[in-house]
Amino acid sequence: MTAQEWKFNSKDIANKPELFLSGHRACAGCAPATVLRLVMKATRGPTIVTEATGCMEVVSSIYPYTSWATPWLHTAFETAAANASGIEAALKILKKKGRISQEHVDVIAIAGDGGTFDIGFQALSGAVERGHDFLFLLYDNEAYMNTGIQRSGGTPHGAATTTSPAGRAIPGKLEYKKPLADIMVAHNMEYVATASPYYWKDLITKVRKGLEVEGPAFLHVFAPCPRGWRSNPAKSIEYSKLAVETCIFPVWEAVNGEYSLSIPSKVLSLAPQRKKPVSEYLKGQGRFRHLFRPENKKLLEEIQNITDKRWQKLLKKCNLP
Amino acid sequence: MSSELKGWKQIAPAGVCSKSSSSFLTGDWKTYTPIRDLEKCTRCLTCVIFCPDGAIRWIPEKKDIAFDMNFCKGCGICANECPTKAIKMKLE
Amino acid sequence: MLSKVDQKMMALAGDQAVAYAAKQSDVDVVAAYPITPQTIIVEKFSEYVANGEVETEFVCTESEHSAMTASLAASVTGARAFTATASAGLALMHEMLFVTSGCRAPVVMAIANRALSAPLNIHGDHSDSMAQRDSGWIQMYAENSQEAYDSIIQAFKIGENTNVLLPVMVGLDGFTLSHTLENVQTFSDELVHEFIGPRKIPDVLTHEAKKSPFKLDPKNPMTMGPIALQNYYFEFKRQQEEAMKNAIEIIKDVNNKFADLSGRKYGNGLVEDYKLDDAEIAAICLGSTAGTMKTVVDELRATGTKVGLLRIRTFRPFPSEDIISALKNVKAVAVMDKSMSFGGNGGPAYHEVRHVLYDLPSKPFVVNYIYGLGGRDTSPVQLKTIYVDLQQILKTQTVKEPIKYLGLRE
Repeated sequence: MTAQEWKFNSKDIANKPELFLSGHRACAGCAPATVLRLVMKATRGPTIVTEATGCMEVVSSIYPYTSWATPWLHTAFETAAANASGIEAALKILKKKGRISQEHVDVIAIAGDGGTFDIGFQALSGAVERGHDFLFLLYDNEAYMNTGIQRSGGTPHGAATTTSPAGRAIPGKLEYKKPLADIMVAHNMEYVATASPYYWKDLITKVRKGLEVEGPAFLHVFAPCPRGWRSNPAKSIEYSKLAVETCIFPVWEAVNGEYSLSIPSKVLSLAPQRKKPVSEYLKGQGRFRHLFRPENKKLLEEIQNITDKRWQKLLKKCNLP
Repeated sequence: MSSELKGWKQIAPAGVCSKSSSSFLTGDWKTYTPIRDLEKCTRCLTCVIFCPDGAIRWIPEKKDIAFDMNFCKGCGICANECPTKAIKMKLE
Repeated sequence: MLSKVDQKMMALAGDQAVAYAAKQSDVDVVAAYPITPQTIIVEKFSEYVANGEVETEFVCTESEHSAMTASLAASVTGARAFTATASAGLALMHEMLFVTSGCRAPVVMAIANRALSAPLNIHGDHSDSMAQRDSGWIQMYAENSQEAYDSIIQAFKIGENTNVLLPVMVGLDGFTLSHTLENVQTFSDELVHEFIGPRKIPDVLTHEAKKSPFKLDPKNPMTMGPIALQNYYFEFKRQQEEAMKNAIEIIKDVNNKFADLSGRKYGNGLVEDYKLDDAEIAAICLGSTAGTMKTVVDELRATGTKVGLLRIRTFRPFPSEDIISALKNVKAVAVMDKSMSFGGNGGPAYHEVRHVLYDLPSKPFVVNYIYGLGGRDTSPVQLKTIYVDLQQILKTQTVKEPIKYLGLRE
């Protein structure tokens, strides 16, 4: 049964075994933890998970405790995709030599924005170029959260982090968020998609679609961090909804380079009046608090402008008006 | 966490973990506890889906959900996302 | 010693010999990145793959860092992994070398020993692998291409031994060995397979309270490479040290078993002594220089001087006992280093030899010769001066210059 055919509801998901176990040490309200739980619910059979150093790796593997009910490997920060390459190559050849069963095993490489946008990018690009059969899952909380909220290539314009603080001279990060998912589409990948945990059905379906690809697939998942964003832990999932509703993080798929909006973003293209202003998303987050000072008015406007521009660009790629 | 630490001859090599985290209880982290109004709850399982800690489970035999306070960290996502506002976070 | 098995003589350069040995060793995954002077290893291997001569998954990674990572990941998935590098490539792998030994993955790696930058130099010296002596890898240095071929085969058997489970690097001097044709006696594929045997994976106790083979396998989930805090990290490192200790006997054992088949022995596997029995003065060196030094020893012996040579074949684990016993009659020793430890009062081999001799009731004079950096050729005439200096030290019972640079222009 393919991802397209798989019809599921919350009970079906709730009944699936937990492969990302309780007892992990993530902060209260950690959306990446929700993302990982849902991703593991989307698995379809024998799965090997490999992770880069980061929040989700550290909280789930404090020796002697592990939160992983699947085989799991961590080696270093920049190595999620290189690990996956080695694991996939080993499985391939051991099957060929008849040393292990012929059963298909899905390989999932998980990394945060640090281990994907920046230090992990080389390995990711190389693994994709070589065509290894694996799913790369990026949980994007928009900074190096595990080491203390430092900026990454995924940190958005105007956000305050510990290495791009909002000071008297410079109001937060001046650089723009690296368009990573688009870069992965440019690698001629069969499947690249973005997802947000509020739209959990969409997320789970996309994970399945990614696993089904015989070759590399990339899924960029938005994952609010209440600690790093200085936001209310109870609203982490709500922020993942607002990010889509403000078009700050649109959800889409690119199948063999052909973009299409997923329903939560599609409705906004059809009914643009339902699009919310970015300030609705930015206002509750401590990392954007400085934007609401009168001297930073221009910066706030700039964020709305670039969001609008990017949205228009995306609509064009999706052949939408 | 167990206070009995093992020596180098007793542990598996390469850091192979010896315990599941299901034996590490994080329930004492919470300041707020979720309280559910059984009348308002429609058993939609939205809270089960969104809980970062998997602390809410669907019990098919009981046709109801159950909160595992051993793992609930009191984040309030369940209360915030509940479509009928059946969950309230109460200060412990 | 006569060979018990049929061997075929082939004209092979060191790199080719290494590639051939890996081909015959039933390697499952080769993840590698080219760098001079190792390139021929990966090129030759690619040829084998392209011609369907090996059943190996060949991964052309985008850097050495990923090459080491992929090799390690493949190894812990149960595959036999081989890779090769040199110089800057090995330096780039630095982080992952520690991870590989920490994950107890018995990856075998050939190092075409080459100088480290800056300035850039593509020629042979030992600075690349010496800089990794703390990484938890077993380290060997081959004297000739024959030994490189033999050592790669032995390395799989040593590293995969369940009392060891450590990665092994085999060094062969860049260009001097890697690119120079030599007559190499080779075995049949079947014999190599039989000698190494299939990979034995030991059982470990997992978090599911099951004893399962130590590899990533959905049937027996286990977590590898966790974060170990202050309360546990130390114990894992002690385990690695124990594995190194176990490796000493296993290296000797494999050396003997190999000798039984091939007729070739490399000393006792750890050190090789040459005319040391009645030698009063001796030099210690690693790698291909030993070949030249043996000729120098013979020439000096012909004139009546009692000189000898000790070649260190295995640098990690460092063969302390064997060095002490080999030097028991020697009164003055020159340790030759083809690398430097800047600001460290001499080179690494010099440090380690002096260290093991320190507690002896009667110690020889120990001096250091730094030579051959960046592929600087050192002639037999220059090498002979080492023994002349040692004679002078014995005569005067003093050391004027404990550290000398042989062949350096002042």
